[in-house]
Amino acid sequence: MKIKQLSVFVENRAGRLADVATRLGEARINIRALSVADTADFGILRLIVDDVDRARQLLAEAGYTVTLTDVLAIQVADQPGGLAAVLRALEEAGLNVEYLYAFVPRTAGQAVVVFRFDDPERAVAVFSQLDLQAIPAEQLLRL
Amino acid sequence: MLLFRELDAMPREALRALQSQRLREQVKRAAAVPLYREKFAAAGIDPGAVRGIEDLAHLPFTVKDDFRDAYPFGLFARPLREIVRVHASSGTTGKPTVVGYTRADIQTWAQVCARTLNCGGGTPDDVVQVAYGYGLFTGGLGMHYGGEELGAMVVPMSGGNSKKQLMLLQDFGVTLLCCTPSYSLLLAEVAEEEGVDFGALPLRVGFFGAEPWTEAMRQEIEVRLGIKALDIYGLSEVTGPGVASECLEQHGLHIFEDHFYPEIIDPVTGAVLPPGQEGELVFTCLSKEAIPLLRYRTRDITALIEEPCACGRTSVRMRRVSGRTDDMLIIRGINVFPSQIESVLLKVEGTEPHYLIVVDKGGALDELEIRVEVSPEIFSDEVKQLEGLRRRIDEEMRAVLGLSARITLVEPKSIERSLGKAVRVVDARSFQASAGGGA
Repeated sequence: MKIKQLSVFVENRAGRLADVATRLGEARINIRALSVADTADFGILRLIVDDVDRARQLLAEAGYTVTLTDVLAIQVADQPGGLAAVLRALEEAGLNVEYLYAFVPRTAGQAVVVFRFDDPERAVAVFSQLDLQAIPAEQLLRL
Repeated sequence: MLLFRELDAMPREALRALQSQRLREQVKRAAAVPLYREKFAAAGIDPGAVRGIEDLAHLPFTVKDDFRDAYPFGLFARPLREIVRVHASSGTTGKPTVVGYTRADIQTWAQVCARTLNCGGGTPDDVVQVAYGYGLFTGGLGMHYGGEELGAMVVPMSGGNSKKQLMLLQDFGVTLLCCTPSYSLLLAEVAEEEGVDFGALPLRVGFFGAEPWTEAMRQEIEVRLGIKALDIYGLSEVTGPGVASECLEQHGLHIFEDHFYPEIIDPVTGAVLPPGQEGELVFTCLSKEAIPLLRYRTRDITALIEEPCACGRTSVRMRRVSGRTDDMLIIRGINVFPSQIESVLLKVEGTEPHYLIVVDKGGALDELEIRVEVSPEIFSDEVKQLEGLRRRIDEEMRAVLGLSARITLVEPKSIERSLGKAVRVVDARSFQASAGGGA
């Protein structure tokens, strides 16, 4: 159920994001979702890609500091209150969200929210109790 | 007016005799220190057979690491009950360099600092504001005691609090100012903001030391503060401020060589160089009781001037220090060794990181930036983890270095690797053109 997200350390200066994107593009690696956490000096680029192992190797060889992080993705209704319902349930279950980001896939009516929990194992257990369906990696890449 | 004429204008032959007599006594005192006993034995030296200055070149050197190895009190030649004061400065790694003073040492130190102030024309009629830091750093207390010994009125402001410094400079009629040269320029900036006219103040002379500076900076200080700016020299291992001072002629720093005997050596071979040649400055403390320091290698590069000075002082002078033979940096008056920074990073990260030290002027004062490469071992994809890492480095640096640094996390390999040893320091301050890594 867990998905491997690629996390990349990037300095906060011109051209760094473009450089990462260009390298992935030239290697025909597709980005399905991304977010950037930024501070004054640096950013952390978080990517869901269609070939995470190759992307990791490619960026590491280019000198980037990269790591793989376990995240969970779930579908929520693409309508007002869709995300709120899920977040309330997670909160009641006592799950800590470190960060999240979302994208709207081509499939109509659904949005995908990518979660990083401080305890991914417990999150998986809570998901099944809550009847939330974590999207497997293969399925996510097809959305 | 030479208030210490019998010392400062002593005939050279009499001075030489005094130095030789003091050296003989000092070598005997040194034999009480295990380190010197070992050094004497290794060099086959009989402490009782040293005749005078002519034998000095045979004596062993003392280096900064000897202080580290003897930390904290191993170089003391006297029992602790006779030590009345300690000071400390940065060591090359974690532990500071500790120095001690007997009551007589404090008196000697006060005297040489009083002579420093007199070099700038100071008399009991003066008002001295001491804006060097008070504490383990020798600058503040050294010049404070010097001012009192001179009989001047001392304003013990210590460092910082620039608006109050300015207020007291005006209200107390301060005539002599002691601080780092860069701090005097900060005071000039604040004065301009506050609409204070330095030219209208009775301030006459500044005694600036504890950090490297240039002739260009001197001119700027003299114009903006409307004073004579004198270069003073000292280091805690030898005593603190009061080792040497410019007089109003501003042509070299008079060494108070009745207490501190200077030599210039080739930093590679250790051979004593002929008069006038540039090399590493070495000091022997002739009268210090607590630490009878012999041939201490300062790592400062300069040359000696033996010609008589128009001021009437007969002592030898040293040129403005032009650089270092090691990689020590002096930032806001504080000594910083790259090895200290490395040890902090090792401790915090648990791994040896690549880093770059960047020193630059941010306004009047020096700023220290430490760029640390984020390796896979320390990388986390959560901002709070990386910010936490940066904060831990920041806090530990402040504790170890005694000054705050800007910690920047950078991508791997963004720091240039040179063949062999990585380039660790970029000093963007102008005076460092001739200095730099080495040794």
